[in-house]
This record gives sequence, structure tokens and C-alpha cells, in this order.
Amino acid sequence: MTKSKIANVLKYVFLFVAAMISIFPLVWMFISATNTSGDVLGGRLLPGTNLLVNFRALTARADIGQALWNSLRNALVATVASLVVCSIAGYGFEVYHDRGKDFLMRVLLLSMMIPFAAIMIPLFMMVGQLNLLSTTTAFVLPTVSTAFLIFLFRQSARYFPRDIIESSRLDGLSELGIFLRMYIPVMRSTYATAGIITFMAAWNNYLWPLIIMQSEESRTMPLLLSNLVAGYVTDYGLLMLAISISVLPTIVIFLLLQRSFAEGIVLSVK
Amino acid sequence: MAKTLNNLKLKSRQSIIGWAFVIPAALLIFIFYFYPIGRALFLSFQTGIGANMQFAGLANYRRLLSDNLFKTSLTNVLTFLALQVPIMLTLALALAYLLNDKTLKFRGFFRTALFLPCATSLVSYSLIFRSMFALDGFVNALLTNLNLITSPINWLANPWTAKLVIVLALTWRWTGYNMIFYLAALQNIDASIFEAAVIDGAGAAARFFRIVVPMLRPIILLTAIVSTNGTLQLFDETFNITNGGPANATISISQYIYRLSFQYSPRFSYAAAISFVVFILVAFLAMIQMRVGDQR
Repeated sequence: MTKSKIANVLKYVFLFVAAMISIFPLVWMFISATNTSGDVLGGRLLPGTNLLVNFRALTARADIGQALWNSLRNALVATVASLVVCSIAGYGFEVYHDRGKDFLMRVLLLSMMIPFAAIMIPLFMMVGQLNLLSTTTAFVLPTVSTAFLIFLFRQSARYFPRDIIESSRLDGLSELGIFLRMYIPVMRSTYATAGIITFMAAWNNYLWPLIIMQSEESRTMPLLLSNLVAGYVTDYGLLMLAISISVLPTIVIFLLLQRSFAEGIVLSVK
Repeated sequence: MAKTLNNLKLKSRQSIIGWAFVIPAALLIFIFYFYPIGRALFLSFQTGIGANMQFAGLANYRRLLSDNLFKTSLTNVLTFLALQVPIMLTLALALAYLLNDKTLKFRGFFRTALFLPCATSLVSYSLIFRSMFALDGFVNALLTNLNLITSPINWLANPWTAKLVIVLALTWRWTGYNMIFYLAALQNIDASIFEAAVIDGAGAAARFFRIVVPMLRPIILLTAIVSTNGTLQLFDETFNITNGGPANATISISQYIYRLSFQYSPRFSYAAAISFVVFILVAFLAMIQMRVGDQR
């Protein structure tokens, strides 16, 4: 074999090994969800017959339906609220821009420098003072408006043709009407990207609900998961089933909308 | 004359509507970002609990300097950073470079597979890694069966192996994420540059180090800053894989803040001082990031 052929083979071996390592923990999780705890620990790599037993044990131990509903409700409310508030603001900052609004936008961008760890204590105190602990409102409020999403929608409004705005005005459409009936339909893909990022972030959020969701009924999926390993003995089959249930929706979203997903990631730090 | 006056009225009417569009979002950011960071700063100059707060000047910050657990948490985070970020970014860059080849077979599969870890939540993958590296877990079973070890390694109970597991976990979760940035950037490099290099006889390694790395330098710096930023705020992983243990060998700064505020008797004001230090570090990085962003 020539040198370049060996290099070519090595390239595929490297990529294949990397791809397998990437997939393996998730495959292992799904397989383990069907096995007994003993088999999971023993290193069994074949699907087993313990899925139903694991499921019954899981539902007996924790209210997974409630946690799924809490996660879904919180994430949906967060996403819709965020898209509404940030998209209209981004549109406003671009279409009606003047010195005042440009300055305000620059100030808002500074908020991206503030790490969550730095403000979680004051946020917790605020939510406590407002008697909002353990509520969806408390979950959603701090993330409804983010400089990143406003910025994203401002950028996309930059590519929104001004002719459409002018001719809509002549047609007698109100300013809000132009935003609702012209901008939103044209910018569907921006909404999809922004929606995926926001939904995933909310669905996966851990530290904030850990602090504020103090009642049993308000716990979200990530909280339920980390509680499952809190005891002395962990049932690994049950645990892997619970993780599978929590990961499945995001994996499906990911596989269906990989392009928007990747776009969102690249945009999120520019 | 009347027409321009009308126009002026129209313009100011539109400007007001514009303000109405942006003010709700702006208010929310002031209430949920700027006010809390101000309050954190204020809090960090106080001592006491609940209603009995009093001004304490720099006492909290002075205490920080002699707080060994704070130093431990900072050292831990910097250790993760030093070990993990270079490995991850090098891997991500190499993978992106290989995937950028349009003639590559199974390109879509490799891309999807490498990117897939991004779809798992931090808590979920942390618990998967915790389970795989348990004393009686899958990794030990595998290594024993392959005769690589004679007795199981207690990964999560030894300071250095526990750190190693955290580093492995972080690398697993975030390599594909960084690869996406590099792929996007590589697609903007003109293919003719590579073709010319091939004609000039540059091998794959030479093309990688002489063309790809220099051309991607800004985005490499950007991803390095984003990763540093993320590691400084590390919480979900160390909390769920090792719970900061053994003996605080993996505790992160965020987890220390959490512990001070919510696990024992709350010491909000001291925790606020620590969180303000994190803010300064992150803000400093963000400023560099903005500089880099402007240059591109």
C-alpha cells in the first residue's frame, strides 16, 4: 500500500472511532433501559426484557408524568414568551432605529457578559419576595428577554426588504400589522432557529429550577433525574430508562432539524 | 411645507411605535440582569442573615483571599480548563478538517454522529457518565473483561481519576459543538486555495497547519473563549457526576456558590462576593470576545 492509501484508511478509522465514541453512551443508555440493574453493571450490551419492570419501578418511585408535563409546560411558555418579546424588539431596534434605540441596544448587549452564577442569588431573592417560588412564571421570567435573541432578530430584520414595509404602509397596514403579517411569515426560519435554541435551553435548564422548584409537584425532568441517584442504592435500569425518556424528545428534534440546530449554535456566539 | 410637516409627524409617530416595540424586552433585561448584578454587588459588601444585614465593606472579599475551599474550586476549574479545552479544540478542528472534504464517504453519518452529544442535556449525560464510571459500572467491567486491569478502579473516589472523568465527559459533550463552528468557518475558505496548495505539493498535514489553522485563528480564539467561559461557570456536570467530591477535588466555583447559598445555612453575602469575582472574570473574557468579533 502506498503512503497516501494508508493515510486514507487511517482517516476513516479515526472518524469511525470518534463517531462510535460519540454515539456509544446514548446507545448504551437506550439498551440499559431494557435491562436489570445487575445486567447494566455487568456490562451487558444486548437489549433485555426488563423494560416494563423498569417502567413500573420508575412510575412507582417518581411522578414522571408530572415532571414531563412540568418540563414541557415551562419550556413551551418560555419559548413562546421569548419569541414574542424578543422578535418584536429586534424588529423595532432595526426598522425604527435612531440614536436612542441604537444606544439602548448596545447597553442591552452588555447583559450577555453577566453569568447566571453571578445573579442567581438576587434572582432567587426577587422570586421569593414576589411569592413565585415553584411556579412556571418564576422559571420563565429571567429568560424571557435575552440580548442574544433580540440581536438575532435584529440581524434578520436587516435582510427584510424595506420595499415591503413601504408598500404595506401605502396599503394602509398598521405598523404592528406589518410586523405580524409581513415580517413573521417571511422570517419563519429565524423563528425556527430561535425556537429550537430557546426550547432546548429551557428543557435542559437545571440550576435555576434546582433553586426555585421547591415543591414536589413543580419538579422538572432534570431535577427528577438527579434525584434518582440520591439514594444509597441506584437502580441503573430504572435510571437509564428515565434518562432515555428525557433525552428522546431532544434527540428527535435534533435529528429532524439538525440544520436549524447547527445554525442556532453558530449564531449564538457571533 | 404641509407635506414635510406631515412627514415629520409620521416619522415621530413611527419612532414612538418603535419604542413601544423595544421597551418591554429592554425593561425585562434591566429587571432580570442589570438590577440583580447591582444587587449582587451591594450584597457582597454586607454581612448578616435575613433582615439583619449590615455594611461590612470589603470583609467578604478579604475573607475570599484566605478561603481554601474557594482556592480549591478555582484551581479545580482551571485544571479542567487546562486539560480539557486544548484537547477538545484540537480534536474538533481535526474532525472538522476531515469532514470538510466533499468526497468523504459517509460524511452525513459522521457529522450527525459527532454532533449528536449536543442534543443531550447536561444532567442526562452527566448521569450516564456517572453510571458508566461507577465502581461496579460498565467501564470497569469492560476493562476487566479485556484483562486491562485486575481489580476495578474507583474512578469517582480518587481525586485525579475523578477529574479525568469530568474532563472526558466534557470533551464528549462539547467536541461536536465546537466542530460545528470550525465546519462553518472552513466552508468559507475558498476551495481554490487548497487546490493550489495540492498543486504546490503540500501534504495533508502541511495544508492543515499552514492553511487551516492560520485562517481559522479568529474562530479558534472565539471557541477557546466560549469554552473558558463555560468552564468557569461549570455546575451541572460536577454536581451530578461527582457532587464535587472526593473531598472537594472536583467542586466548581458555581457549585461552591450554590453550596454557600442553598445547602447549609445560607450565606448570601459571602456567596455574592464570589459570584461577583466570577462576573469580573467572565466580563473580561466577553470583552476580548467582542474585540475578536469586531475584527472578523
